[in-house]
Amino acid sequence: MSDVYVLGVDMIKFGRFPDRTVPDLGAEAALLALDDAGLNIGNMEAFYCGNLGQANAMVGQRILQEIGQTGIPVVNCSNACATGATAFREAWTSIKAGLYDVVLAVGVEQMGTGLLGGSGSGSGIPKEGLLGSGTMPAVFAEAGMEHARQYGTTFEQFAKISVKNHHHSTMNPKARYQIETPLDEVMNAEMISYPNTKLMCSVNVDGAAAAVLVSEKKAKELGMQRAVRIKASVMTSDPYQERDLVMPDVNSCTRKAASEAYEMAGLDSSDVDLVELHDCFATAEMLHYENLGLCDDGEAGRLIDEGEVELGGRIPVNVSGGLLSKGHPLGATGIANIYEVCTHLRGEAGERQVENAKIGMTHVIGLGSACGIHILEKV
Amino acid sequence: MSLPVVEYLKLPEGGEPYLEGHKCSECGSIFLGERNVCSNCFARDSMQSIKLNNTGKLYSYSIVFRSFPGIEVPYISAIVDLDGGGTVKGNLIDCEPDPDKINFDMPVEVIFDDALGRKDKDGNSYISYFFKQIT
Ligand SMILES: [Zn+2]
Repeated sequence: MSDVYVLGVDMIKFGRFPDRTVPDLGAEAALLALDDAGLNIGNMEAFYCGNLGQANAMVGQRILQEIGQTGIPVVNCSNACATGATAFREAWTSIKAGLYDVVLAVGVEQMGTGLLGGSGSGSGIPKEGLLGSGTMPAVFAEAGMEHARQYGTTFEQFAKISVKNHHHSTMNPKARYQIETPLDEVMNAEMISYPNTKLMCSVNVDGAAAAVLVSEKKAKELGMQRAVRIKASVMTSDPYQERDLVMPDVNSCTRKAASEAYEMAGLDSSDVDLVELHDCFATAEMLHYENLGLCDDGEAGRLIDEGEVELGGRIPVNVSGGLLSKGHPLGATGIANIYEVCTHLRGEAGERQVENAKIGMTHVIGLGSACGIHILEKV
Repeated sequence: MSLPVVEYLKLPEGGEPYLEGHKCSECGSIFLGERNVCSNCFARDSMQSIKLNNTGKLYSYSIVFRSFPGIEVPYISAIVDLDGGGTVKGNLIDCEPDPDKINFDMPVEVIFDDALGRKDKDGNSYISYFFKQIT
């Protein structure tokens, strides 16, 4: 089977665009990615579109209505926060299968404000604040406190993750915010759900990202100079765990996906030069250091304490600023993190460039659960 | 008369309230809510309803300071492993919302009480369950 390459990839600067529409944001990202690939919509043989908020509203087709209706197959995907990665992986799968040589993938989202999640009232009375909390900050706080019970991880260690990612975002012009947040500011910010303060929660933003994927044959034909090889593309759902029904599990699906991805790529974690992982909350990032094999179990706190996951450290994590500061437009996130890694592998990341980056990994989690991991390689 | 807040809270006539689990007779997995197939071992028609214990240990928690409009904060959202099996989530009450006062594995009991005065659109009141530290 042919290797698959990213030939063009880009994202819009994340922000708030209340006067624009979902297809409009998606169309802008699609055009940026097509320009990056040196192609146009007429060259695309299929289109996979990821969006959550309008999952029943044919967003992909509406994007084509804005940039060119060529009659190609369009598949609209929705898979919680793994939506963008799902669209990207479906594009990869279709090329792997030999169906197409040039495929477009777009992830796009326009977000509301306020808390996500909450145990829906269903019938009867609202359960939020009665049977605990179903809000996302609380659910991920509980997942982080499971790590604290096992390894003594502290509030301060969780907070340091947010300091790091906000620092990284000061070097990323496409991030929502470019603001340093010192440790005392993170720890003294409004407590949302202990141990996650407001600055330890991802930022609700609008955004879009897109990629043009091509077969090896097509990459050779069009020029390999800026192509990035997809070494692994993996998705998992959550295997059975005994506390599933009350504690959504983001660990076992990530561990399963990571081990399958390393095997598919023929690599191990020591080969990886940078990681963009799903820091929807600071507590979540801590868990994924171990889930992705960046360190041994129980070592995640040390990793952040010793700066190993900072730009310049042993294995920089979320140099884009992550979901905590770049922002988290749900359906766009899984392609935006692929854009970030490709930008480093191409040596085009400017001030935040991870030196000599050859291999990068992206990871997203959609609660419920879906995990998507991609390993990308400089050609 | 009050209604149960969730399907797995049982209010037997003339008896004490309890939480109900569904246990797979093949692999022993315990679920909340009825089901036909075990999602762990895939066995069919192996589910038996069981009475869950009213004591357990605190597995994990978060102290919630911001929730949806109208929800009183702070409160402790707690995940409790019940003695004898089954994990349930609920509010830990009569405990200071301070991480220094909340210890992993601290023993708790399940108590049943009115659902914080919440009523449905027909005016029905509800019985809910809560966790309380056993001192
Ligand atoms: Zn079973």
